[in-house]
This record gives sequence, C-alpha cells and structure tokens, in this order.
Amino acid sequence: MATLQTALPPARAGGPHGTGARRRSRRAKITAAVFALPALVLLGALVGYPIVYSVIRSLFDAKGHRFVGLDNYQTLFSDHATLIALRNTMVWVLVVPALLTGIGLVLAVLTDRVRWKTAFKLVIFMPMAVSFLAAGITFRLVYDQDPDRGVLNAVAVSVHDAFHDSASYPGARARQGAGATLQGDGHGGFATSAATSPGSTVSLGMVGILPAKLPKDSVQAAPAAARPGSVSGTVFLDFRPGGGGRPGQVDPGERGLPGVHVRLEKDGHTVAKATSGPDGTFRFAKVPDGSYQVALPKSNFATAYSGISWLGPGLVTPAIMAAYLWVWTGFALVLIGAGLAALPREVLEAARMDGATEWQTFRRITVPLLAPVLSVVFVTLVINVMKVFDLVYIIAPGPVQQNANVLALQMWLVSFGGGNNQGLGSAIGVVLLLLVVPAMVLNIRRFRRSGS
Amino acid sequence: MTLASSAGPAPAAAPARPGPAVPRPPAGSRLARRAGGILRSGAVQAVLVVVGLVWLTPTVGLLVSSLRPGAQEDSSGWWTAFTHPSTLTFSNYSHLLDNGDITHAFWNTVLISVPATAAVVVIAALAGYAFAWLEFPGRDAVFLVVVGMLVVPVQIGLLPVARFFGAIGIFGSIYGVILFHVAYGLPFAIFLLRNYFAEIPREMLEAARMDGGSEWTIFTRLILPVGRPALASLTIFQFLWVWNDLLVSLIFADSRSQPLTVALQSQMRQFGANIDVLAPGAFLSLIVPLIVFFAFQRHFVEGVMAGSVK
Repeated sequence: MATLQTALPPARAGGPHGTGARRRSRRAKITAAVFALPALVLLGALVGYPIVYSVIRSLFDAKGHRFVGLDNYQTLFSDHATLIALRNTMVWVLVVPALLTGIGLVLAVLTDRVRWKTAFKLVIFMPMAVSFLAAGITFRLVYDQDPDRGVLNAVAVSVHDAFHDSASYPGARARQGAGATLQGDGHGGFATSAATSPGSTVSLGMVGILPAKLPKDSVQAAPAAARPGSVSGTVFLDFRPGGGGRPGQVDPGERGLPGVHVRLEKDGHTVAKATSGPDGTFRFAKVPDGSYQVALPKSNFATAYSGISWLGPGLVTPAIMAAYLWVWTGFALVLIGAGLAALPREVLEAARMDGATEWQTFRRITVPLLAPVLSVVFVTLVINVMKVFDLVYIIAPGPVQQNANVLALQMWLVSFGGGNNQGLGSAIGVVLLLLVVPAMVLNIRRFRRSGS
Repeated sequence: MTLASSAGPAPAAAPARPGPAVPRPPAGSRLARRAGGILRSGAVQAVLVVVGLVWLTPTVGLLVSSLRPGAQEDSSGWWTAFTHPSTLTFSNYSHLLDNGDITHAFWNTVLISVPATAAVVVIAALAGYAFAWLEFPGRDAVFLVVVGMLVVPVQIGLLPVARFFGAIGIFGSIYGVILFHVAYGLPFAIFLLRNYFAEIPREMLEAARMDGGSEWTIFTRLILPVGRPALASLTIFQFLWVWNDLLVSLIFADSRSQPLTVALQSQMRQFGANIDVLAPGAFLSLIVPLIVFFAFQRHFVEGVMAGSVK
C-alpha cells in the first residue's frame, strides 16, 4: 500500500542541447539498456512470451496438432471435474478473503488494547513464514481421523463421550451353532430365537469379546433363578478361558456381561427394559401371561464413536480453508494493525468523549477510516486465494482430491499430473490470468494516479 | 510499520486527555465505565490468549509428533507426551539425516534458494535503478507492463516455460527451477526497488553526477547503500518464497534436483505410515524460515506489506 502510493516517477531533467549532449544521451541510453536488459530479457522470455503462447496453445487440442477453436474453453465449462474445480475456486474467493479481512480487523482492534500485542502478532504471523507443505502436513495431523493422532477428533470424541453412553461391547456377537439361543435381528442387535413366557429363564451367551476388555465389575456369571410371573436370564461371555464349558450354558469360569441393555418384546413392541448386573443377570418382573422375546438392541454392540470425518468429501474444503486462515490471518492482522496505529487518535478519543459506545466508535469511525487498508488486504487475498494450490494438493487425501479440487490444482492435474492435455491446461491457465486482470488494471491505475 | 512499532503517537502528544474538572460524563458513570473497562479488557485478554494458544497448537503438535518413537505414534496422541516427557527422542531426526534422499533434497533446497534470491536482488536492483533514474525510450510504458505483471499467476508460465526449458535442455535441472523463480520474482522485486530508489533526493544524484561519477559508481556507491532496507526486505521475502515453493519444483525439478518440499510431498500418500518421516521432515523444512523470520522479523513484515497486491 505504502509503496504503491509513494511511487513518484522523477520529472524528466531538461538538459542542455547540443552535439556533446546528444552523444552523452546516446551513451546514457546504452547505459540504461545495460542496466535494464537482464530483467527485460527474463521477463520477456519467461513471463511475456508464455502468456502469448498459452493463449494460442489453448486453441489447439491435447497434443497441439489440431486447431480446435474455443473447444477447450467449452470443455472447461462443461467437464465435470473442471466444473467442480471452478465452483470450489468461486467458493474460496467468496468466503475466504472476506472472512480473513473480518477476522484480521477484529483481532487488530482487540490487540490494540493489550500491552503484549507484539508477542501476539508474532504468534499469529509466524505461519506466514512457513511453507504450505509444512502447514499442510501440520494440518493433516490435526485433522487425522484417528482420535489417538488427530487433536480435533480427540476433542470431538471426548466431548461426544461426555454426553453419550459409549457402547459397552463393540463387536460382540451371539454364540452360533450348538446351544445358540439368540439370532440376529437384522439391525445389528440380537433376539431370542425361541419364544419365552413368564416363569422361565434364558441364557444369552455372547462371544467376540476379549476377556481382558471386560468391565472391571464383571464377576462369575450366575444362572438366573426362575420365578413365577417373571422373565429372567443371564447375559454372559460364553467362553471359558482354558477351554471346556458347554456352549449356551453358564459354566464356572465364564463371566457375566454387566450393563447390557435388555428388552422384553411382544409382537415386535418393547414392553419392558432392564439392564444386566455384574454377574450378567437381569429380570423382568410382573410380566402378564403370553409369549415374548428377549432382545439385546444394537446400541450395546455399536462400534465406538470415532469422531468427525474432517477430510471426508463433505468437510474437506472448509477444513482446507481453515488451514489457509491459520496461515494468512497474520497478514491481515499486521496490515490492518499498522493501519489502525496510523489512525488519528484524537478522532477516536473525541468520539468516546462524546459518549459514543465502543461499538459505535468501531462501526462509524474506525471501519470507515480503515477502508483503504481493508480494501488492499481484501484484494491481495482475492488474488492469492484464486491461485491456491499447495494446501489443497497436500491436505486433501487422494480419494477426495476431486471434491476439494480448485482451478490451480486442476491446471496441474490436467497438464502434468497424469492428464497430459496441454490444450485444456493452457485454457485453465488463461482463465486464471483473466480472473486477475481486474486487479492488474487496478494496480496500473493506482500507480498512474499516484505518479501524476 | 513493523510488528514492534507501538500504536499511534507518543503519550506526550495526547494533551487532549480530560482533567477531572470536565463536567460531562458524571463521576459515577465514569467509575462504572472504568470498572466495565477493566472487566472488558480482562475478557479481551482471555480471548486473545485462547486464540494464541489455538494458533500454536498445530505447530506444537507437529514438533512433539516429530520427537515421538513410531510405535507410540500409532497408539496414543502426541498430547500424552506432556505427561511422559522422557519418552521423547531424537531418533526420527537421526534416521531422517541418515536418509540420503532427504539430506540431498535439503541440500538442493539451499542450492536453489540462495542463487535464485541473489540473482533476483542483483537483476532487480539494476533494473530498479534504470527505471527510477535513467532515461531510455519507452521507460514509463515498460514499467507499467512490469506493474501489470505483479499479479500474473505462475500457472500461465508452467507449460510454455517447461517446453522452452525442454528445448534448451535445462528441464528437470536445478538451473531451470532457479531461472523460473528469478523470472517470476522479478516484477515484485523491480517494483519494490524502483519505488524505493525513486525517493532518493534528486540533489544527491546530481551532486554525484557533477562530480563525474559514472552511473556504475553512483549505483554501487550511492544507490545500493541508501537502498539497503528495501534490499534487505526483498532478500528475505524472495528467499522464503523460493524456499517454501512446491509447485514450481514439482514441475521443473527431476528426482535428483528436487528440493525438500517435493521429496516430502511424495511421502504424503501413506500419511499415517510415514508420519515418522513427514513430521521431522516438515519441521526441518520450516525451521530455516522460522529462524529467518525471527531474526529479520521487521524486514520480512515490511516485504510482505509492500508485496500486498502481488
């Protein structure tokens, strides 16, 4: 900003005329050429010429043999993968610069009031110095699905488990074959295969649980005692360490499964609920005559909550955007902070003296005075967001790369990363260039205005 | 305009502070206001502390993960290391430094970054001086083109330059990577230096010219010393830009000339299995920028600010 406006081309010196002066001026031209030439040659050959080449190349087919007119541009706006990239780039441009400018403004105003603002700005600005690759690896770790590795899912799981009972026996299943009393209910739970009536007992033998993973209060399973008017039973681990034991029956050495939710069902409706005790026994009292089934709903056996799939197809773009915010907030904060420091303090003081609230001062005075800085931050971010490549490439895991795709990445994929369609690649490059033309014009006009 | 600069004018320049005699706002409400202000400032500080901690967490997680043995990596989160600090080890780093590919790539990063930075600074300083103080036909028009090039995305250059480098035989070599970085670093570099040089007082230059100094003498004896702050900002900014690059090297470097960023990204496919290489590798890649950043914080920030709208 500062540089853009302080640029003042020096006025031309009106020198004396004459042959000596002319010779001197020719020598001056040669000198100038020597000074400027290396830069001009490099810029011409590696920036200027490629622009022209890309525009022409974008009118030819993949191999460059056949002129296809605007076909590549038509593909660009109709091909499924490219359309996703285009849409995502648009979402990026609409969301990220505005969000970043807003966060930068709020943080700048807040930091302005504390004494340790330099330390704070250093912390927030630090990611700007780091490569997107390092930032990407850092955030792959943050977003890792495994709650024992990704810090976000560790938080998500502990918050979730604080509010919900976690399933007690993930992966447990009913004993099959001889002595089986249970069968699958088709939804992940189990129910007795034979009908039960009051006064009888059931033995519900389960397998698929490591004895070491049993709850601490689990004790030797006890056969349920039959009582008139009651349905009672035992849920137990039908496995005797060391072998032996009869399938489907409670044997010495077999332990009860405490805390299992048990339901008594009649014609598919739940009529009573119970929970098993430390020895695995449960009892439904005062059951009217009839035939019933005892069911163990699937909530007992569901796998544990494993957190949020941050890098799944739905959340991957917001997740990458958050990593981008982590990197670029420092930029917005420092620029806006510098603008804030340059504001005339008297105006703010006067407003406060007149009884303006903090919010009014912020809304009516600070923000309008900062408008030029805010617009520079915003435009810079728009230009950079359009070109985002590294973070998407690094953070999005292979299977969801298409969902997170953006134009700059698609350009690389199409031209180098396997696609090998240089015609379409050039067309995407040209579109990326066209997208920044407004900023280009803005820069040139601003420069000329400050120069005249 | 630096991180360290304090806000606004010095306290001495604020005589407008009201004395106790000022009648409006009444004393009671002012007291209430002050109490509210302290509460609010406590809340503000708390918010900022939380934000700062959130900002540090990813980096701390990366650092701690890089110091944990692979077996633990799979079974428990890095945050558990705070209760068992004795399990931390440098073994991942020593394995990494024994890994020839990684050390070679690190060396390549240096071999790319240093020349690409030096070349940009030298070439842009020469051109910046020409655009600011030397007369040649079409100078202002050409400079406007350079200003326009400030925002040209590197993507437009990838395909044509790759072809061009292929034709002259430097595709897949360190030279190609350097050359591309130099070309795409130049617009900003020239812009920054030309504007800085243009503000040197005309009298200084004319006095030097009167004394018969050649343009070269003026450039080396006057312009470069006076322009040192801008040159420093540019050097740091360009160095970090090249050091941190992934895209350009991904295309222009082959497996022997690839820098650290490219070597590490090729391990990303098996992220979970390679964490004991990726975490220390990422830290190796970011430690140099961090040192540069903290050592030359002021110049870096100035470079970034001047580079807005790049």
